[in-house]
Parts: sequence; structure tokens; C-alpha cells
Amino acid sequence: MSEPTTTAAAMVRAEGVRKSFGLVEVLKGIDLEVRTGEVFVLVGPSGSGKSTFLRCINHLEKVSGGRLSVDGELVGYRQKGERLYELRDHEVARKRRDIGMVFQHFNLFPHMTALENITEAPVQVRKEGKADARERARALLERVGLSDKAASYPSQLSGGQQQRVAIARALAMKPKLMLFDEPTSALDPELVGEVLDVMRGLAEEGMTMIVVTHEMGFAREVGDALVFMDAGVVVESGHPREVLANPQHERTKAFLSKVL
Amino acid sequence: MNSSDQGSVRPGQPEAIKAVPVRHPGRWAGALVVAVLAAMLIHALVTNHQFQWDVVRKYLFDSSILHGLGVTLELTALSMLIGVFGGTILAIMRLSPNPVLSGTAWFYIWVFRGTPILVQLLFWNFLGALWPKLSIGVPFGPAFGSESTNKLIPLFVAALLGLGLNEAAYMAEIVRGGIQSVSVGQTEAAHALGMSQSSTMRRIILPQAMRVIIPPTGNETISMLKTTSLVSAISLEELLRAGENIYSRTFQTIPLLVVVSIWYLLMTSILTVVQYYIERHYARGANRILPPTPLQRLRGLFSGRSPRTTTPDVVPGLEGGGHL
Repeated sequence: MSEPTTTAAAMVRAEGVRKSFGLVEVLKGIDLEVRTGEVFVLVGPSGSGKSTFLRCINHLEKVSGGRLSVDGELVGYRQKGERLYELRDHEVARKRRDIGMVFQHFNLFPHMTALENITEAPVQVRKEGKADARERARALLERVGLSDKAASYPSQLSGGQQQRVAIARALAMKPKLMLFDEPTSALDPELVGEVLDVMRGLAEEGMTMIVVTHEMGFAREVGDALVFMDAGVVVESGHPREVLANPQHERTKAFLSKVL
Repeated sequence: MNSSDQGSVRPGQPEAIKAVPVRHPGRWAGALVVAVLAAMLIHALVTNHQFQWDVVRKYLFDSSILHGLGVTLELTALSMLIGVFGGTILAIMRLSPNPVLSGTAWFYIWVFRGTPILVQLLFWNFLGALWPKLSIGVPFGPAFGSESTNKLIPLFVAALLGLGLNEAAYMAEIVRGGIQSVSVGQTEAAHALGMSQSSTMRRIILPQAMRVIIPPTGNETISMLKTTSLVSAISLEELLRAGENIYSRTFQTIPLLVVVSIWYLLMTSILTVVQYYIERHYARGANRILPPTPLQRLRGLFSGRSPRTTTPDVVPGLEGGGHL
């Protein structure tokens, strides 16, 4: 991706990012740039490496080659001169505070109520007062349309409601970047809309978002940039409306003809 | 035929089915056999004078028996405490990526699970013969102070170490199973929120692992209550030893063994009830509706309706207040 350097600051910059699991190379040199305030959509067939790339951004996966930085700082390493030093666990944790992540299978804490799910990290990690955290959690629940579900356990909520709580949980840490890993793929079709509505609201407020999704309608409508990945490389990128309407590459055309 | 059947049922008001229930002659015959056997057993218990029920009554609340019971309970509680804490640490060590830590934990479990607990108890009791003095100081260097082993490890402590350290080996495997039963997604979600390794373990993983850990731990506690009787072998006066001391004097062996058994049975019954309520507590979040407590089930039985239909009505109301 040979994009000219723009005036807007880059929130995420990847240069030749590689990732291998054993002998299998899942990412074969990813170059891209996500600008602050942008909704960046990653699409591609399963196994293309898009989820792995997303998980590299908050160091859930360790990058094995290339350079990946968030807000100007390297992910997982510190550079001194020519040398790279691995970050300690607590340094990694400190960086993750500012990056929210929403998972395909929600991963809510099942032994906590919706409210406790949201207050857990602010109280434990940011050492926020319990009363303050609870008040903010209530506001966040209201924002995702679930103010009446504060006392419900995840098992008492529908998939769509669980995912909205998960978004609220991530937002409670006041992140500067939100990662969405196929947030609607595990949902019944009729529940997809409520989650996408919340995400649309976030985008309108200017949140920087990287979204791995198969929802092309959402990508076209909300996305500012789109990257099509296949077999660990970026095949095509551009504005979602252009790429989706007029794909240049054969592989993109074949994929889009199946999902659109 | 179908059409005539449907014709007899008025729309919107299907008739209740009246059918002859299946007979179960086998069940009746089985129940009869068991009832006769039970009657024979009770008859034998009551009429056999060797049981000497009057002696049982006399010694049931004897002060030395009650003291022994106290020691048994104390041993059970403390050795389970050592077992649970030690086991949790061992389990975390075994799951650690550090090969020295996981290897050490493996070795510990290998030794303590691989030798009989009675042998371990004897070892702790005779530790003084192995190392007459224990000292504290720089490893392989000078000692700051030392103390006679027998003074440092009296009988009770020897029993406690024997039972507790052995239990830790078993608990380690139970806790490890519990930790591994929690999905990786939970750890990832906690890490993604910036939680540290230790608070992820403490706040997210262990509370969920509890659901898997509690039932076998309850069994271990009940089993421990009975295993403490082994320390009578190193002549610590717990419940069994207290009984033995009396019957070695009076030769009323059977009645005193009955006394001891009654106390063991009573204690294990209480533990069973406690275990039920603890399991119920940790079921929150996992079950949409908590199972009814025995009391609720009893109330359902006496309210005239079958408990099956009453429980769903009773429980949701209690659910809010049921878990704290």
C-alpha cells in the first residue's frame, strides 16, 4: 500500500508485518496505515489472516517480523538504538488499556453481572472508585440501550445484548482505538442490526475503529478505508465504496461476488 | 378415523388425556425385597446385645470423645486449608511456562500422590530421627538459629503436615482441571482490558474454575474428615484414638466404634449439606435458574403441588436475593 503521508496522524502503522505459527506463515508482510478517527474495515476470506493481524495490534499475538506501531509506539517491543527489547507483561498490559477489543464470541465474564463486567477493568486496572465506575457503567449501558439489564448475568442475555455489553465494557476503559473481531458473526441475523447501530454511533463520535467483518453494507456505509486481505497479504485497498463497487483484482471480485 | 377423532375435540379446548398408566410389577417386587432386608437389619441391630446401646448412649457425649471430635475437626479444617492453598499454588506452578516451576510441581505431586499417606504421617512423626535439629539461615551458609525438630514439630503439627501436604498434591490436580476448564477467550478478554496476569487469575479465571473445583473439593473434605482417623497411628488423640483409649480400658470395643461412627456420620452429613449450598452459590451466571434448595423442595412438597411444578415459580423470586 503506497499511500502518501497525510496530515492526519497515523493511529496504527504496519510495515512488512509478518506472523508465523510454527512453520505456517499467516501474515506475509502487511503494510497499512490507520488514521486517527477513521473507521478501517478489514475484509477477506477466513484464513486470510485478518483476525490474526487485529490480534497483533494489542499484542494478543506476537509479531514475528516487520514493524507494527500504535500511536507512534512499537507494539510489544521497545527500541533502543538498533536493538529491540521485549516489553514486560505489565508494560504490555499498560498499552492494552488504551485499546478496546470486541470479540466474535463476546467473551463476557459469565460470573459477573452486566454492570460488574463493565466496572471490573476500570476498578481493577485504572483504580477508579467503585461508585464512579458504577455510575459510568450505567451511562454506558444506557448508551448501548441496555439500562434495564445492569443486574443480568450474560447467560440471561441474548447474543446481541451480550455483544453490546461487551462494547460497553471496552468503552469503559476510554480507549483511543477500538478493535472489532467479527463482532456480528456469531449472532442471529435479526440481532446483527442492534450491534451495528451501536458501532455506527461510535463511528459518528469519531472513535478510531478497526473492524474485521463480513457486513459489506456496514463497510460501505460507515467505513472510511477498506483493505481486502487474502492468504496473508493485502490484495487491494481503498475507499470502501470504490473497492466494493469496482474491485480491480480478480481475487477481490471472486470474494465479493460471493458475499455481496 | 383421524377425522372423527379431531371432530370430537372442540377447537381451542383439547380434552385432557385419560389413559391407564403403565404398571411396574418389577418395582413393587424390588421394593418388597429391600424392605424385608431392611427390617431384618434393624431387627439384628436392636436385638444383638453385643452392640450395647446403653454403653453407646453413655459414651456418646463423653468428654474425651468430644475432645477427640474437636481435634478431628481442627485437623480436617487446617489440613484442607493447607491442601487448598498449597494445591492452588502447585496448580499454577504446573501450568507455568517456567520448566523449573512446572517440573518441581510435577515432582511434588509424583512423590506425595505416589506414597501412602500413612507412610507419610510416620515420616513426619519420625522427622526428628532424620534431622535432629532444624535451623534457619543462609542456604549452605551460616545458620542464624536452630531448634530441636521434635520441639518444632509436635505431634499435632506432624499430623497436620502429613495430611495437608498430601492433600495439596490431590488438590493441585483438581485446581488444575478447574483452571483448564475456563475458556482461553476469558483470559484474552481480561488481557485485552489491560488486566495483569495475577488479577486475571484471581478475578476472572479462579472464580469460574470454582464451579469445577468445588464438588471434588467437597468430596476431598469429607474424605479428609475420615482420613484424619489415620493419625491415631502416631497416637495423636483424635476421635478414633479417643474411642480406642476408652475401649482398651473397658473392652467395650463395638459400642465405642459405634459412638465414633455416629460422630463421623453426623459430621459428613453436615458437610454434605454445606457443600450443596456452596455449589449453588458458584452456579450463579452458569445456570439461568438456580436449583431449589432442599428446604424449598420440601415446602413445595407440602404445599400440595408436586415439587417439579412449584420450583420454577419459587426460584426466580429468590434469585435476586439468593446470590450476594
